[in-house]
Amino acid sequence: MITVIEIGCANTASVLFALERLGADARLSSDPAEIAAASKVVLPGVGAAGFAMSRIRELGLYDAIRGLTVPLLGVCLGQQLLFEGSQEGDVECLGLIPGQVTRMEASHDLVVPHMGWNQLEAIQDDVLTKGVSAGDFAYFVHSFACPVNAFTVATTTYGQPFAAMVRKGNVWGCQFHPERSSVVGADILKNFVAL
Amino acid sequence: MLARRIIPCLDVKDGKVVKGVQFVGHEILGDAVDMALRYRDEGADELVLYDITASSEGRTVDYNWVSEIARALDIPFCVAGGIRSAEQAVKCLNSGADKVSINSPALERPDLINELAEMAGSQCVVVGIDSREMDGDYYVHQYSGDPDKIRQAGRRTLDWVVEARDRGAGEIVLNCMNQDGVRKGYNLRQLRLVRDLLDIPLVASGGAGAPEHFTEVFTKADVSGALAASVFHKKIIAIPDLKRDLQRAGIPVRL
Repeated sequence: MITVIEIGCANTASVLFALERLGADARLSSDPAEIAAASKVVLPGVGAAGFAMSRIRELGLYDAIRGLTVPLLGVCLGQQLLFEGSQEGDVECLGLIPGQVTRMEASHDLVVPHMGWNQLEAIQDDVLTKGVSAGDFAYFVHSFACPVNAFTVATTTYGQPFAAMVRKGNVWGCQFHPERSSVVGADILKNFVAL
Repeated sequence: MLARRIIPCLDVKDGKVVKGVQFVGHEILGDAVDMALRYRDEGADELVLYDITASSEGRTVDYNWVSEIARALDIPFCVAGGIRSAEQAVKCLNSGADKVSINSPALERPDLINELAEMAGSQCVVVGIDSREMDGDYYVHQYSGDPDKIRQAGRRTLDWVVEARDRGAGEIVLNCMNQDGVRKGYNLRQLRLVRDLLDIPLVASGGAGAPEHFTEVFTKADVSGALAASVFHKKIIAIPDLKRDLQRAGIPVRL
């Protein structure tokens, strides 16, 4: 059973539908006990980091998520929440991956949000990137970006390189939306389901 | 490299995809879910599903229908039509839409853009603008889904795009109405003027009739995406061929 954390942000339905398309047994939950008992957990998220973190605290999920030992996948804002903090509202996040999430500076030539299909690069050997090749496109929509560091599994460049996928132990993240990234996204989710 | 997006727009009326010339006289083209899947298979980068009657009839989109599309599709899609409150928009997003596009309701109550951006994040908020060239300037129109109700909104397009952006829009879809449905090319001058005012993505709409219209809208107006309906629905242009043409012209696309 994969538990998709429901914190009142958008895209939870899309993530759930994508898992269902792959034949996975998945359900939504915002119950700390249920999440703590899940065999795998997805943390989706669209919207503002501050709002999402306050929801996580209000629902009593902060410790439940931090204490997970089973595979955890953060998607989009969900990946950003895995980091120590975000410049978006200067909010402290879950601290599962070292580093600070920073704003992508908009300009005439570099429009923000970074919205659309961009390529994955510098792909590290990881169980989630099996079948994924450098140059493959994934669908991104975000205005803040995660730093490239020792836990980066794939990068994408928009002005500067940022972490498109991360992994530290049982914790993974995708900045792009695997549920909206066609075959490439489905491969990554399949790898997660098969863990 | 970030690919330029090709976005088929499905104008939906009562669950069917329709297309009218200059918005008047709708013709039924097919079932919405079937056509959404067909475009996914052909390599569309994103879809816009526009309930063309919702706004002018004062009703909102049917979220079950949004869910059906979301269940089937694995590419992003945006829902437009009749979204009047941030709560409705969030419901629509929770049903599986990736973005919501607001047009007439944002003109009635511009604060809606701010509310939506606050609740859902700017990246989910698209402001759609129907713009018509008049006496050398460009003016916003509303209720374009209904020929009896369409009217000028009393705003200059170049003012409204900046206001929409400042209020928190994450993307602008500019539909140039003189061009709509006649397939003579995008309004490059208008799009370029708007593009130069923005640091958020701009999507061109209205006028696509041939592959070279897409090439020129990307090279000359520097838009992030190009939206079209009839050329795709009537199979005048096949998306895989179009993308190969764009690639040959040096435009980054997802193949």
